[in-house]
Amino acid sequence: MRLLSGDPPKSIVLSVLLIAVLVALAFAPFLFPGSRSLETAARICIFIVLVASYDLLLGYGGIVSFAHTMFFGMGAYGVAIATDRMGTSYGALLIGALVGMAVAGVVALLVALLSLRVRAIFFAMITLAIASAVAVLVSQLSGFTGGEDGMNIRIPRELTPAFRLGEVFGTRITGKILNYYVVFAACLALFLLMLRIVNSPFGRVLQAIRENAFRAEAIGYRVVLYRAMATCLSAMIAALAGSLFALWLRYVGPATTLGMEIMMDILLIVVIGGMGTMYGAVVGTAIFVLAQNYLKSLMGGLSEATASLPLIPDLLSPDRWLLWLGVLFILSVYFFPTGIVGRLRGTR
Amino acid sequence: MSAQSPGAAPSHAPTLTRLPLSERLKPWLPYLLVPVLMVLGYFAIDSSSSWLTLTVSGLAMGMMIFVIASGMTLVFGLMDVINFGHGAFISFGAFVGTSVLLALGTMTGAPSLLLNLLAITGAVMAAMIVTGGIGFAFERFIVRPVYGSHLKQILVTMGGLIVAEQLIYVIWGGHEIVIARPETLKGAITFAGAALEKYRLVAVAVGLLVFLSLRAVLRRTKLGLIVRAGVENPEMVQALGYNITRVFVGVFVTGSALAGLGGVMWALYQEVITAHMGNEIMILVFIVVIIGGLGSVEGCFIGALTVGLVQNYAAFLEPKLALISNIALMVAILMWRPMGMVPVVKAK
Repeated sequence: MRLLSGDPPKSIVLSVLLIAVLVALAFAPFLFPGSRSLETAARICIFIVLVASYDLLLGYGGIVSFAHTMFFGMGAYGVAIATDRMGTSYGALLIGALVGMAVAGVVALLVALLSLRVRAIFFAMITLAIASAVAVLVSQLSGFTGGEDGMNIRIPRELTPAFRLGEVFGTRITGKILNYYVVFAACLALFLLMLRIVNSPFGRVLQAIRENAFRAEAIGYRVVLYRAMATCLSAMIAALAGSLFALWLRYVGPATTLGMEIMMDILLIVVIGGMGTMYGAVVGTAIFVLAQNYLKSLMGGLSEATASLPLIPDLLSPDRWLLWLGVLFILSVYFFPTGIVGRLRGTR
Repeated sequence: MSAQSPGAAPSHAPTLTRLPLSERLKPWLPYLLVPVLMVLGYFAIDSSSSWLTLTVSGLAMGMMIFVIASGMTLVFGLMDVINFGHGAFISFGAFVGTSVLLALGTMTGAPSLLLNLLAITGAVMAAMIVTGGIGFAFERFIVRPVYGSHLKQILVTMGGLIVAEQLIYVIWGGHEIVIARPETLKGAITFAGAALEKYRLVAVAVGLLVFLSLRAVLRRTKLGLIVRAGVENPEMVQALGYNITRVFVGVFVTGSALAGLGGVMWALYQEVITAHMGNEIMILVFIVVIIGGLGSVEGCFIGALTVGLVQNYAAFLEPKLALISNIALMVAILMWRPMGMVPVVKAK
């Protein structure tokens, strides 16, 4: 209970789901052998943190940001550039992650102070503008960031597949699996930290501001300050998630970290999983990432089966996956504003 | 008052102290921004012929952005609705207009100004009717259910944008379409040693026409009076017996149609269209409506011209800077006037 910061799932189905996700992720290398499923598991871990940090802003702070992938990218590029300049070492990884986090925090603070002091909706537009400018900048400054091609990252040998350690339960322990556990442990720690933050007095004030900023101000809380702090925290955690992502993929590029599509994925997961609950991020991400893999092939099959009909195969082609997600997104904002977790908890 | 009876108090006609020039100039400063910027540009760019070329292209770009942004800013001013899906109307306008122009290939290819203009008028009409219709549906099904909640508006209209963009892929395919300008609008005329593209002059004229007619409607007609009153205090207008919702739908449809017009203009300006062009232009539109003051048509006009000019001057003076020039401009203006250049005063 201490570990969950006094915020239990409060629903049997939700608890079962959460435990299932936790167990599956914790023993992923042994339960689902194969590099593809390990890839999926690591992706789920990192996206849980990324989505939860976004939920800190959207669900708890009531602020819409479109620059979350920019902060994510800052962490990833921080690691990439640091290892590129300083050589391959744990120190370089650490420094890269810390610098990326610091830059993300400072930029978030500046953006927040610039836009939040006037109107909260300015924030959405300004972050959209800045994020797209940064994305263009990253692909243009090829000498520094590798441009469109991105950068390959060389990490210490102990974390690469070439490193062998022995065998446990018939699974060969390689550096890749060690790397997975580094990612998993860091993600778990970050998630518990965020759970702690949202259940602290600070988190409570954020929720008060979300519900009624005017009243919160009247009680004596500096709304701008709290919102700016939430922005910084969320940006810094997103940057850390980005560093982990870079460590895992051993590659960064504009499309994998800064793309608008990733931003859309994050938004969808938060809304579908449930805004304003950290557990929504866990359930939402697990379902979303699995569905992404599974549904795309289903759509491909349906598209081929209906190839003789007009227009329908186009609508069902796997490339149009975003179309259906968009529809699902709109419907869930209307009809399930509290998402899966909200439904399970039966709050509203 | 003129006859002074004896014994009455000595006459002391109130002397009106004139405010210092700087104080009297203050409200007019935003209006001076564009001329000042042009003069600064003239001194920064040593060749006067390239200055003229850049200024015309900056104005043309600004006018097109204004045509697109005016609807969005009015929609916000009137109903407090923030429409992130506005970009979809731009793309749809461009694609419909381009399809019509390609179908009228014989008219656009003929070296007759009349036939060319007829073809463009046809394309513009088709684009405006289609985007107006989409705007009507968008307002009815996507925006209507989420009045009053900015958070949901941003999410839902963003979802609408994704769906609309994906539908363009389904209808027109994923590849970009090249569209040549009509025969008589190709090329440039030489004026004072500067080459001025004919099409840019047309774009400036159209933009100016839209601005002047919008202003005339808002200032001189009863409908404009209701709209302006609605921006200031919607409840009061409703209390006086006007159906503000119907006015708002009208404004929304008009704004969508104008975005469609802007899309056609932009398509002919770039001579190539892609499904995500709306998104790219929206970044500029957001910057424009923020620095202009959300809800103000005049501010939007000034903001659009400023953005157009700054972008073109910066691209000429320091190409690397052009990427972030708009962001820098936005930051500078928000620090000078946090509510935008021509803030809308709400009676609340």
